[in-house]
Amino acid sequence: MPRGLAAALLAPLLLLLGLGFLAPLLALLATAVRDPELAATLPGTRAELVAWDGQGLPGEGAFAALARESTAALADRRLGPLTARLNFSEPGLRAALLRVARAGGRLSAPFADSVPALDQRWADPATWQALAAARGPLTSLYLLRALDLTPGAAGIEAVPADLALFRELFARTLWVSLLVTLACILLAYPLAALIAGLRPPWSGIVTAMVLVPFWSSVLVRSTAWFALLAREGPVNEALLAAGLIAEPLQMLGTRAAVLVATIHVLLPVAVLPLLAVMLRLDPRLPRAAASLGAGPWLRFWRIWLPLTLPGVAAGGALVFLLAIGFYITPALLGGERDQLIAWFIAQFLNRDVNWGMAAALSVWLLALAGAVLALAGLLAGDAWRARR
Amino acid sequence: MPWLILATGPILAFLLAPLLAALVMSLAPTETLTLAPASLSLRWYAEFFTNPRWIQATINSLIVGGGATLVATLLGTAAAIGLHFGRFPARGLLLSILTLPVVTPFIVTGAALFFAFSAVGLSGSLVGLVLGHSVIASPFVVVTVLAALQGQDANLLRAAASLGASPLLALRRVVLPLIAPGVAAGAVFAFATSLDEFIISLFLAGPGQFTLPRQMYATVREYTTPTILAAATLLVALSILFVLATEALRRRAA
Repeated sequence: MPRGLAAALLAPLLLLLGLGFLAPLLALLATAVRDPELAATLPGTRAELVAWDGQGLPGEGAFAALARESTAALADRRLGPLTARLNFSEPGLRAALLRVARAGGRLSAPFADSVPALDQRWADPATWQALAAARGPLTSLYLLRALDLTPGAAGIEAVPADLALFRELFARTLWVSLLVTLACILLAYPLAALIAGLRPPWSGIVTAMVLVPFWSSVLVRSTAWFALLAREGPVNEALLAAGLIAEPLQMLGTRAAVLVATIHVLLPVAVLPLLAVMLRLDPRLPRAAASLGAGPWLRFWRIWLPLTLPGVAAGGALVFLLAIGFYITPALLGGERDQLIAWFIAQFLNRDVNWGMAAALSVWLLALAGAVLALAGLLAGDAWRARR
Repeated sequence: MPWLILATGPILAFLLAPLLAALVMSLAPTETLTLAPASLSLRWYAEFFTNPRWIQATINSLIVGGGATLVATLLGTAAAIGLHFGRFPARGLLLSILTLPVVTPFIVTGAALFFAFSAVGLSGSLVGLVLGHSVIASPFVVVTVLAALQGQDANLLRAAASLGASPLLALRRVVLPLIAPGVAAGAVFAFATSLDEFIISLFLAGPGQFTLPRQMYATVREYTTPTILAAATLLVALSILFVLATEALRRRAA
């Protein structure tokens, strides 16, 4: 086939992915480091602060620009994004700025006196430094905050303990994903081995038993668990009837519910790569080992396991990759303390309208996913090499 | 083997029990969620097929799923053919780019599309949803069709050319009929992916544009009625159809 025709066939999908996936992804990455609000809302004040040496208080020009521009921005209802941005990096700065903006034209020169008279915080160099820190165009604020760090006066500092949230969130996400991955591999391995060892039609029937859940929507399966574990649901009903418990257990909103349902949802994903590897395994190898006197354990340990390790790596990587981005199942079955990174991204996007933080968490999640892929590639590569 | 069957029995039960439980609970005559209903009734299925919100969600899911399947299958098949026959030096890199949406966490894709589509006025529209679902569904088509192409005799195209067929004619009359089962399997995959997709719909669907998963999520948190389980059971029945369809297509291709 002429290469021109091949390229023309390839082009439409590349265009779709370029415009509908790669460009949005790059824009998202850019959002994590962009800091446009001050420049857009108070350009004159920003210019004064860029010229300021950061020592003591800025000059009269900065005070005057602040009073003039904030008043105008408030009148045009353009101040919201900036106050949200400032209050995120420096709690209280919103109130200080709003005071000046609401004073309107009532302030008079010299503004270096009248503005601090309105709100004492403007006499504090720290307030001005916090404002100057938002000058952009780029910021490390969001990426650092997503790791519970903050750009301080003396370099990068840890945020106060009451604001710290995200390191625990990442640790929780990794821990839950790790548990889910281990459980899925442990459950999927014998299941795949069973299917690989069965003859038709049984192999087909058991495969279908794995494939039907696999093709069913994640939400369908999470909903089934939601109903099963509900306070008035069948599990409680059965336990009560059996006399094992005196009153219904609270199972929804617990970590255990999230784990069980997530394992259930992702188990078929682990079975399929394992099955693919096991079906390719030469059945003469274990037989040869047996004829040489190797018992079942030795055969498993020296033949089966090394030869199926690429499947373990592929299945494990897939499950882990899906688990670290999981949203629905924890959102439905977990409590506030069981939510993973994805839930916080959605919260920042929909509820808090803090796009910088949503983007920064996405960046770190993406980095994590990339690391998992690279690691799996290495493991699988090693396993393949060992096989040769 | 017997010990393996013994060990895997509980695992299979764990996989299937929630789906069967949803089926039983959806057949209850009352609102109670129970595994031992006094009698069986199709009341909640009737509710599913008559409630305007569920009807709208079903229609939306079919529109979005159909649109995304069409786009992903057309573009994905063309791209797979181009990639297979193009002998590009950067073939591996191209394939990685084409399959990138699969390894990107959906929440990240959803957030990125939310930013971008809000900026160009595509959020809160079914067109945006179709585009988003096409993006995440197309890699499945590419991979399935590539696998089908790799199973074909590479000389067929040359034979067609030697008989005077232009490359396009050879594609239409020789390659496409041979890989048709693979293309169909890719389309099933794409449709199932769109039907399952939740996060992009969460961000991009405006009011009245809820898809089935979105509608289930909205209802299950308010008030769990067996209607949701009826919807879930219908979707499981659909996935049984998907399994049968892909299996039949696999046999035809073999």
